[in-house]
Amino acid sequence: MSALGALGTLGRGRPPGKKKKDNLAAYLFLSPWLLGLFLITIGPMIASLYLAFTDYNLIQAPQWIGLENFTRMLSDERLHNSLRVTFTYVFVSVPLQLAVALLLAVVLDRGVRGMAFYRSVFYLPSLLGSSVAIAILWKQVFGTEGLLNQVLGTFGIAGKGWISDPSTALGTLVVLNVWTFGAPMVIFLAGLRQIPAMYYEAASVDGAGVLRRFFSITMPLLTPIIFFNLVLQIIHAFQSFTQAFVVSGGTGGPSDSTMFYTLYLYDRGFGNFDMGYASAMAWFLLVIIGVFTAANFVASKYWVFYDD
Amino acid sequence: MTTETMSRPLTSGGSLSVGWRRIRPVLIHLLLAASALVMLYPVIWMVVSSLRPGDEIFREPGLLVRDLEISNYRVGWNALTEPFTRYLLNSAAVVFGAILGNLVSCSMAAYAFARLEFTGKKFWFSIMLVTIMLPIHVVIVPQYILFSQAGWINTFLPLVVPKLLATDAFFVFLMVQFIRGIPRELDEAARIDGCGKAGIFLRVILPLMVPALATTTIFTFIWTWNDFFSQLIYLTDPKMYTVPVALRSFVDATASTSWGSLFAMSVVSLVPVFLAFLLGQRFLIKGIATTGIK
Repeated sequence: MSALGALGTLGRGRPPGKKKKDNLAAYLFLSPWLLGLFLITIGPMIASLYLAFTDYNLIQAPQWIGLENFTRMLSDERLHNSLRVTFTYVFVSVPLQLAVALLLAVVLDRGVRGMAFYRSVFYLPSLLGSSVAIAILWKQVFGTEGLLNQVLGTFGIAGKGWISDPSTALGTLVVLNVWTFGAPMVIFLAGLRQIPAMYYEAASVDGAGVLRRFFSITMPLLTPIIFFNLVLQIIHAFQSFTQAFVVSGGTGGPSDSTMFYTLYLYDRGFGNFDMGYASAMAWFLLVIIGVFTAANFVASKYWVFYDD
Repeated sequence: MTTETMSRPLTSGGSLSVGWRRIRPVLIHLLLAASALVMLYPVIWMVVSSLRPGDEIFREPGLLVRDLEISNYRVGWNALTEPFTRYLLNSAAVVFGAILGNLVSCSMAAYAFARLEFTGKKFWFSIMLVTIMLPIHVVIVPQYILFSQAGWINTFLPLVVPKLLATDAFFVFLMVQFIRGIPRELDEAARIDGCGKAGIFLRVILPLMVPALATTTIFTFIWTWNDFFSQLIYLTDPKMYTVPVALRSFVDATASTSWGSLFAMSVVSLVPVFLAFLLGQRFLIKGIATTGIK
């Protein structure tokens, strides 16, 4: 049912041997989408590829400068830092988020009473998480006089300014991303439904314990769903923007410790109108995400298990 | 977390004692309830704090309100150059346009992909899937240049027109998946009764895909309401600010000194999302389980 598997199923279900084409009608129905594809997506992509090789500030005409933007990227310390920050964020928050999502999905799948209620409660933060309001809340909760320190204070523990300290600021955003585990959890739950209960019954007749059943049945059968969530959440995490922007007041601070790649791109393009450089950065981001997604697909051959 | 929570309910076997069997569901519930509380506590605390005098917010980690203070809402409402009503209306206009656009254009494309045979179908379908994963940053700079040359900065057009052109491809995908579940016999019957392609789409498919349209509506509502990046870029005139952009300029304006009114307006901004969530839970859960959209 996933987007990744959908391509193979296209055209299934139509009786064989009956292939009358309705090109005119089809393209009429597709026309808004096609128009959008060329005007809003592919056209701008080509333009952005061209701009990546120019110096352009929106006022003067773009100046062709060849690979200069890219060589500038090689020696741009802030860009290197933003890559470090973004990679750290992706590599820490995505596995954590998926682990929590899987754990709670497995617990809920046991058919606890009130499952629908818990599922909704855990899912709600996924909808709120990208909003400015929650970023504002985060700014307060992890601030010097914030909720977290108040709670710690009642236990006699001295807190600190979690957001103003460069060593913990990124951690608060990781917590925010983990907090939105509800969306992958719902996908895990749907996947768990597909595992036949008789597998578990057979295993427990053979004397398999809880952990054994989890690692020998649940995990292998769930690997396609884990893979799907992994690909999706990595792509998603690479593009995080709002939270870091609001929490740091648009600066990526303190000391660039929350300067996500997208934040730096915004700063170059829309803060400094350095549109050529921003375009080069955007294409580099596309390459990074593409490489990660491709690497995921290649690696999946060794650990993703397809039942059929 | 105990490892016991990881098993399925089993009808047979197991070496568990009767006592443990009775206690286990209780423990699981306690654990789940505790996690749920930890998850939601900050949000509930924000709602409560928005009803407190400002200095109390810095002292009170609990949820009890001693002096109910609704002035935060009055102050927050009028803290910026325009009253908050203006931002709510602006957001509502953008959301309405986006929903309308997505419903019309995505359902049309989905019908073609799910039901019609045409040259290049596989090619266009895979292009559509790829665009789902395309980062907005790759197109935002030229899009900005395009829309600014069209004179669309500080209008809602850059936020609505792309939706009219089905650029939210996840919804096309979601609808394709849904239409595939509708029996083709219904199309055939309508065709025999004299319906053309448009007739089948309007009279058979659309009425039957109401759940998918509802899912699209709710997701579009919440995403557009929460969207910050593109609204930040295209709306620079305070008169045109939407709720998220207004909220963030509020943060800058107050230098985070008046948490009370800041929280009050944050709560106001979350109410529509929360209502959409309550009304549309069923569709949201189904939508996410089948396509993985957030």
